[in-house]
Amino acid sequence: MLSYIIRRVFIMIPTLIMISALIFTIMEWPPGNYFDTYIAELEAQGEAADLKEIEELRIEHGFDKPPIGRYFHWVTGLLQGDMGYSFEYELPVQDVVGSRLWLTLLVSFVSVFFTWVIAFPIGIYSATHQYSWGDYGLTFVGLLGLATPNFLLALIFMYFANIWFGISIGGLMDVEFKNQDMSWAKAVSILEHLWIPVVIIGTAGTAAMIRRLRANLLDELQKQYVTTAKAKGLHPFKALMKYPLRMALNFFISDIGSLLPAMISGAEVTAIVLSLETTGPLLIRALKAQDMYLAGSFLMVLASFTVIGVLISDIALAMLDPRIRLQGGSTK
Amino acid sequence: MSNNAEMPAPGVAMQHFVRDSEFDPASVEKLTPEQEKIFFASQTRLMWWKFKKHKLALWSGIFLIILYGSIMFSEFLAPYGLNNRHVDFIHAPAQSLHLFHEGEFIGPFVYGTTYKLNMENLQRTYTPDTSKVQKIRFFCHGESYRYWGVWKSDLHLYCPAKDGTLFLHGTDRLGRDVMSRMIYGARISLTIGLIGITISFILGISIGGIAGYYGGMADMVIQRVIEVLQSIPSVPLWLALAAIMPVTWSPLIVYFGITIILGLIDWTGLARAVRSKLLALREEDYVLAAQLMGAKPQRIIGRHLVPGFMSHLIATATITIPTMILGETALSFLGLGLRAPITSWGVLLTEAQNINAVALYPWLLYPVVPVIMVILAFNFLGDGLRDAADPYK
Repeated sequence: MLSYIIRRVFIMIPTLIMISALIFTIMEWPPGNYFDTYIAELEAQGEAADLKEIEELRIEHGFDKPPIGRYFHWVTGLLQGDMGYSFEYELPVQDVVGSRLWLTLLVSFVSVFFTWVIAFPIGIYSATHQYSWGDYGLTFVGLLGLATPNFLLALIFMYFANIWFGISIGGLMDVEFKNQDMSWAKAVSILEHLWIPVVIIGTAGTAAMIRRLRANLLDELQKQYVTTAKAKGLHPFKALMKYPLRMALNFFISDIGSLLPAMISGAEVTAIVLSLETTGPLLIRALKAQDMYLAGSFLMVLASFTVIGVLISDIALAMLDPRIRLQGGSTK
Repeated sequence: MSNNAEMPAPGVAMQHFVRDSEFDPASVEKLTPEQEKIFFASQTRLMWWKFKKHKLALWSGIFLIILYGSIMFSEFLAPYGLNNRHVDFIHAPAQSLHLFHEGEFIGPFVYGTTYKLNMENLQRTYTPDTSKVQKIRFFCHGESYRYWGVWKSDLHLYCPAKDGTLFLHGTDRLGRDVMSRMIYGARISLTIGLIGITISFILGISIGGIAGYYGGMADMVIQRVIEVLQSIPSVPLWLALAAIMPVTWSPLIVYFGITIILGLIDWTGLARAVRSKLLALREEDYVLAAQLMGAKPQRIIGRHLVPGFMSHLIATATITIPTMILGETALSFLGLGLRAPITSWGVLLTEAQNINAVALYPWLLYPVVPVIMVILAFNFLGDGLRDAADPYK
């Protein structure tokens, strides 16, 4: 077991190197860079660009060097905890991302929680009542959530939330709290606004979760140990919860790693529509403006979270299910 | 034994014996005709029987076939052209279809509209004018078009009355008929998923196949690549890849570019499924037999291993097509998807992306209906196929 964990941790290193190279390529590939766009924009507005100042910035951030030099500049910075500089905000990346990161994590975790709370009972019900009207109906409702594009759902929610409940359109809190410190009133305001994005982001994931739980549980329920348990007179509830459900939950654990990128992707478009102060809109803006250190470093942080998440889920799975450890030797 | 007569007498050595009559394997246990039908049916036939039982999946399949059939004749089905503008009818609401006028049956018709500009809030108001009855014509000659951009024609399935209008789903900000645009949009939206899934299928099977069959080092490297791709949220990946496409590309090439992007990002899940399946299947005796007979790995994977769970893969693929259709809508929403004049349902929905549309012009949201229906249909079809993929269960 220990050797498995050590091996698994060492594998992370090449993975992270590959991720950083891929992210850098993505940032670097589109023609031009932030400065070119910036100068062009200023010229289009009829203003004279301060070329000297821009040239200084350009040299300071290594844009006079070939891409490979810039890559090492960026990676060494990252290793020392320096995420680079955002040209657009004229602030270090840490300061730009920092405040938004907490809100993103809040929205993501509440959404995950919401998904689980909804999907869990429905999935169990669907599996135990296979092909019943309840099964069909609930699956249909779940699929409807999956099938509606997120941005549209967001728009419609926003409109009706405003008409019916008088909640201000968009944002994660009322405007007057925006630059205030955390207080009781601010927390209440956040909670009031939070449910809209949570429901929108959560509905997309719920259907997928219901179907996977249903499929896994159905497989387990057909196995002989369930029949044995029932034949021996174990209470039906216990014969469901104690063994088959536990076995069917393996996929929950193996999902921990991929949860974060999936949630972030699903949330981006929603966040733009609802103008949430999360990292999604920031990232998209940075990608469009080629603000490469902001976008790159942030993607790198996200990806590292994911890699660590996958590591945790792999170790947890190997501990819980010895069959996993046996896979993957080479052909004879 | 009935044929004791053929046996030698006790104590006498048995002669070499070949019976003349033909061997009948079912001589011991006769099969009933029903059993015979099942036992001798081919795999595909068994799957079809199982699939037929799943009524919802069957109807979803039929619905999708009709829809995919319709994209062959979009020009004929749409009453107006894709980009025809009706400057007098900007943001006109949907005209509802009627059958009876003042208690008298006329057949399908719409009422004409009168237009007034509300000077207080500068909103265009259109009110149905019940004195103008505009009967819909069928198989009629209307606006001329070029069928698939080549053959000139002006035949339509249905068109508005002469000098009348027919906006069953209203018009957009340029006065274009939303209904016609939806019919044309189907052509792009429906094919984008198919091309994308083909790319992701080819990549997924070949890369996952290599990882699963060889295992060891190859598996290790491929697993890492998959992990890398899966650890980056897909929207930034789409964005970045879409940004790479030069602006000078024609919209048609952009369309192919986007399908390729969607395919390039989607294959990882499929590759994982193929890999884990092959890891188990490669231990089977028939693989060893093939190896001993000198078959190349390529042949063993393609000919012996993959067909064994192809039906499962197809079922999985069916369920991932909706992701691509939704992916295209998201990309178009962010302004990095398809560009005019290529029109997809996603492009149509970008018109409806502000709160004004929901409040004032809700008919601009109609293109979401086919999106939802297609996604639901693909999901049900996929469910049915997955159940049918293993007919022995």
